[in-house]
Amino acid sequence: MPTPTDLKALSQLPDSRGHFGPYGGRFVSETLMAALEQLEETYEKLWRDPEFQREFDYDLAHYVGRPSPLYHATHLSDKVGGAQIYLKREDLNHTGAHKVNNTIGQALLAKYTGKPRVIAETGAGQHGVATATVAARLGLECQVYMGAEDVQRQALNVYRMKLLGATVIPVESGTRTLKDAMNEAMRDWVTNVDNTFYIIGTAAGPHPYPKLVRDFQCIIGREARSQCLEMTGRLPDALVACVGGGSNAIGLFHPFIEDASVRMIGVEAGGYGLETGHHAAPLSAGHPGVLHGNRTYLMSDDAGQILGTHSVSAGLDYPGVGPEHSYLKDSGRAEYVNATDEEAMDAFRMLTRVEGIMPALESSHAVAHAMKLAKEMDKDQIIVVNLSGRGDKDIHTVAQIDGINI
Amino acid sequence: MSRIANCFAALKNEGRKALIPYVTAGDPTPTVTVPLLHALVEAGADVIELGVPFSDPMADGPVIQLACERALSHDVRLTDVLAMVKTFRETNDHTPVVLMGYLNPVESMGYEGFAKAAQAAGVDGVLTVDLPPEEGGEFSSIMQAHEIDTIFLLAPTSREERIKRICEHGSGYLYYVSVKGVTGSSALNVEEVEARLNLVRKYTNLPLGVGFGIKDPASAKQVAQVSDGVIVGSVLVNKIADLVTAPERVPAEVAAIIKAMRTEMDN
Repeated sequence: MPTPTDLKALSQLPDSRGHFGPYGGRFVSETLMAALEQLEETYEKLWRDPEFQREFDYDLAHYVGRPSPLYHATHLSDKVGGAQIYLKREDLNHTGAHKVNNTIGQALLAKYTGKPRVIAETGAGQHGVATATVAARLGLECQVYMGAEDVQRQALNVYRMKLLGATVIPVESGTRTLKDAMNEAMRDWVTNVDNTFYIIGTAAGPHPYPKLVRDFQCIIGREARSQCLEMTGRLPDALVACVGGGSNAIGLFHPFIEDASVRMIGVEAGGYGLETGHHAAPLSAGHPGVLHGNRTYLMSDDAGQILGTHSVSAGLDYPGVGPEHSYLKDSGRAEYVNATDEEAMDAFRMLTRVEGIMPALESSHAVAHAMKLAKEMDKDQIIVVNLSGRGDKDIHTVAQIDGINI
Repeated sequence: MSRIANCFAALKNEGRKALIPYVTAGDPTPTVTVPLLHALVEAGADVIELGVPFSDPMADGPVIQLACERALSHDVRLTDVLAMVKTFRETNDHTPVVLMGYLNPVESMGYEGFAKAAQAAGVDGVLTVDLPPEEGGEFSSIMQAHEIDTIFLLAPTSREERIKRICEHGSGYLYYVSVKGVTGSSALNVEEVEARLNLVRKYTNLPLGVGFGIKDPASAKQVAQVSDGVIVGSVLVNKIADLVTAPERVPAEVAAIIKAMRTEMDN
């Protein structure tokens, strides 16, 4: 475990060039460099601007509905037997997931920079919906890139985006999932860089995205920290969050980095099991490389080609991960584990039945690990789980697994 | 003097401009590539840009993405691409070969291992699309130690202080991206390109190649008049895509496109 001085330094990353240790940075083609430099300047100025902060806070409170509750899941805790499980209810946000915290922030940046058009990539569709939502509100033209396979398995969210006035573009190239959607969004941005703001949905991509997405999402951890202190008089023993790109996890973790007693555990998608190779767990089973503008842990073959991934949850089905997670892993401050499709499905059913809360399949991975972890801990210990989204969007997938056509 | 420097110096003496075709290695099949490179040289190519297939070519349009997919369906690796260059060198010792691609396959091989193997194969330069000079310090010095030029991109959006920095870091030649967009874009504006190249020339004596949006002999000639080199990619790769079922016809038919451009440029 790093020393307190190390932890302070860790919490102040990235450096001025967007590096978290050897990770992060800005690996893009030259055409995008000017846009990223401009975004960085704008962001650094506005993030310190009280007027911008006021507008951001106002929207989070009155549009998103923050603060989201911290809920003591007593029934689940009793059922599991062990540590007390608390759920940070990001599923109760407007649009049903943590994604909106970030899109509110980036849409404000778009507004301040005068760009009339926003684009986004989306996996499960939650970020696409959150982007289409803020675009509708601010009157911005919105195009969302989505892997053709995800368009099929997330039909409900596709239609939501259309109702909100966005154009959804199915991406047929490559593996037809989130990584390919991100490639297409980057291509669009290169072509339309003058009038377009690219709202990246996770804490990954070229600098300054990993930093600004984290900053917008840190509201999760700041609230959870003070809510936990208020409800229990102390800090949690462990934080658990699912990790695809890792924005909900970094939002929860970051405000706790200097609290050395708090374990931070990210749960990747184990798919059919790491041993099968069909998963989406770069931190658990990948190695460092460069993709989508940053150096980070990746799933690639020994020739450096990016591998296809598998997860039951579209939002975790991504071969990379935010660079800050890569460094939190190497530094030992955070731990990364995985939960399989089956474990996530079991957790989905359990939480639904004992608490009446239907989690997104992404968040179900975090719940699955929390249930495992709680068993090994004492009854007076506390686990905070980021319930990053609600499960309505996944009903089709779940029904299909149950062999039911709805 | 390196092959690249030699080549541009000789062209300058003759009052001609470089014609630089791009093809993806292993597209549509690995056996086509070396005969294709020889045919391109025969048709008047001065420098070859050989694409290293990558699964996620973000800066490229659909044409080159599909070329990568065709090559990867034959499992064409960076080491295979180096082997192709080595074979090409057996009968051609003068035409510079520049590898163009993305960083991850090179990282995966290791900078030092790659540089050594590339030098041994007869590679003259590398253009890594997603490696700007800010991130490429270590990479550039290792390439330099192995006498491989690092070629960088300049874009219509590059600000003047960046142009200056890139000019300081680049070697061999500089690649000016003529349009905002991915490879295969249209909307080339030669006057705008000329104005930008004049700005770039304030900071460098390196030859300036121009690519993206050059589709036919007429646009090749126009660009040749304002630059030191004309880079042609998607129009060639499109032709290859048409010939997927008849790969034996690829060298002659792709070279014919280059020949027509060469004739118009020298006219």
